[in-house]
Amino acid sequence: MSIVDTRTPDPKKFIKGATGDWEIVIGMEVHAQVTSNAKLFSGASTEFGKDPNANVSLVDAAMPGMLPVINEECVKQAIRTGLGLKAQINLKSVFDRKNYFYPDLPQGYQISQFKQPIVGEGEVLLDMPGGEQVTVGVERLHLEQDAGKSLHDQHPTMSFVDLNRSGVALMEIVSKPDLRSADEAKVYLTKLRTILRYLGTCDGNMDQGSMRADVNVSVRAPGGAFGTRCEIKNVNSIRFVGQAIEYEARRQIGILEDGGSIDQETRLFDPVKGETRSMRSKEEAHDYRYFPDPDLLPLEFDQAYVDALAVGLPELPDDKKARFVADYGLTAYDADILVAEKASADFFEEVAKGRDAKLSANWVINELFGRLNKEGLELSESPVSAGQLGGIVDLVVDGTISGKIAKDLFEIVWSEGGEPAAIVEARGMRQVTDLGAIEAEVDKIIAANPDKVEQARAKPGLLGWFVGQVMKATGGKANPQAVNDLLKAKIGIE
Amino acid sequence: MSVDIDTVKRVAHLARVKVTDEEAGRMTGELNTILAFVEQLDEVNVDGVEPMTSVVHQQMKKRADVVSDGGYPEKVVANAPASDDNFFMVPKVVE
Repeated sequence: MSIVDTRTPDPKKFIKGATGDWEIVIGMEVHAQVTSNAKLFSGASTEFGKDPNANVSLVDAAMPGMLPVINEECVKQAIRTGLGLKAQINLKSVFDRKNYFYPDLPQGYQISQFKQPIVGEGEVLLDMPGGEQVTVGVERLHLEQDAGKSLHDQHPTMSFVDLNRSGVALMEIVSKPDLRSADEAKVYLTKLRTILRYLGTCDGNMDQGSMRADVNVSVRAPGGAFGTRCEIKNVNSIRFVGQAIEYEARRQIGILEDGGSIDQETRLFDPVKGETRSMRSKEEAHDYRYFPDPDLLPLEFDQAYVDALAVGLPELPDDKKARFVADYGLTAYDADILVAEKASADFFEEVAKGRDAKLSANWVINELFGRLNKEGLELSESPVSAGQLGGIVDLVVDGTISGKIAKDLFEIVWSEGGEPAAIVEARGMRQVTDLGAIEAEVDKIIAANPDKVEQARAKPGLLGWFVGQVMKATGGKANPQAVNDLLKAKIGIE
Repeated sequence: MSVDIDTVKRVAHLARVKVTDEEAGRMTGELNTILAFVEQLDEVNVDGVEPMTSVVHQQMKKRADVVSDGGYPEKVVANAPASDDNFFMVPKVVE
């Protein structure tokens, strides 16, 4: 396979070395656990966190004579994912055996797809902070079995093996080497996870191991020939991916600038030390001797099968974002935040239904998400519902309460619950729009501060101080616009 | 195609089969005889012929996404030389 460089070197992304600038080249292999009830080739459950070997059939334990039978839902999930990545769907694909020995692989081989994967080339679109758009090529997606899990800390001389994960379906999604910085790699992984979650084909829970990344990193002189890469295995958080790349790029630059050369090898990232280290496995360990699995026929379906799955796909993040910008008039930035999770987008649409969309977006993003972040809560745990938030927005729009009082009201709804309009009535939070009442306060404050009035005439910026005083005197309930207008008229500022 | 003794030793190691130098030497000869025998198939021109995966053309059987198996950890580890709390126990393997 020849590698095509799709990117134009961007000096903003270069790393400064002792001898000059360096460019990082990154490709990723993401293992995403397919969302399904049963395993890829057996009827055992995929449920996380069960007792050791409870989710194991005799197929998963590779007992003699057991034969694999493919789970059709896993095939559909792979096709859906391929469609979500705007990728080529291969109507015929083949399962191969990838041979290696390890205690958590009882078959002695992993059933995978080598030469003919179910999904071919696709792409993922990245919106970088700052507005740059990056298209990352997807090389392929194939279906394969997960291995079991070994525990090494249970016994002084023995390892414990649990095969519950053995045989669970994985999608390996291989990117082209199109990423050029740790930030891009993090955004890619985040975007991929968002797409998978929208599709419902992988839950994307990296802390449970449902999504893991192998990161291929090399460095080169900007725009030059690709360097020798190292593969960092099994990085299990987006933050660690960033750290691993930064460290690995520095390490390689250090070696090259000292006149050395990079050995192609597999490395592990140590999150505690923040560094990568060689796995020191012998090269022959990577001689997988792939061959077609004689237990399985080729996987074949027709275009109608694919088309039927395409019809059932949900609106994907890129389309949703475009719609939010076009139909609601949101900024690309706000739309990005809202579509990052499907639940956020749905919540916003519920708030915005029949209301001012921009104001609704502000309240969802700045007030609600801000508060959720501060408290470390998920949207699903929010004490404020879309209906309640919409109620607050309504009261602001119809002038019942000021923006400032609305924030107080939000606090009350957040901590005590209740229907916003009822709370406003019960607690007398209604905005004072009675000009007479506001005027009385304005007069009082002007009379009490003749020196400030003089100053304000020379320096109209001081008007804000008067507005503040009136708001304070009215408990924040005066209509700020009315206060402003009255003050200008009385003091005599244009 | 033929193999030399180093290839035989390497394949044996990959398959975790222990062979002595003497056995490897003997096997090199045997394997080369087998390879030569199979090589006769090269006489047939198969340009443009797809590899046959099944004698009769049939679709791969598929299963529904239903949990229908598992839940018997003690059976899974029944033949294990060593087990504890339904884990398999194996000599320590840490890279």
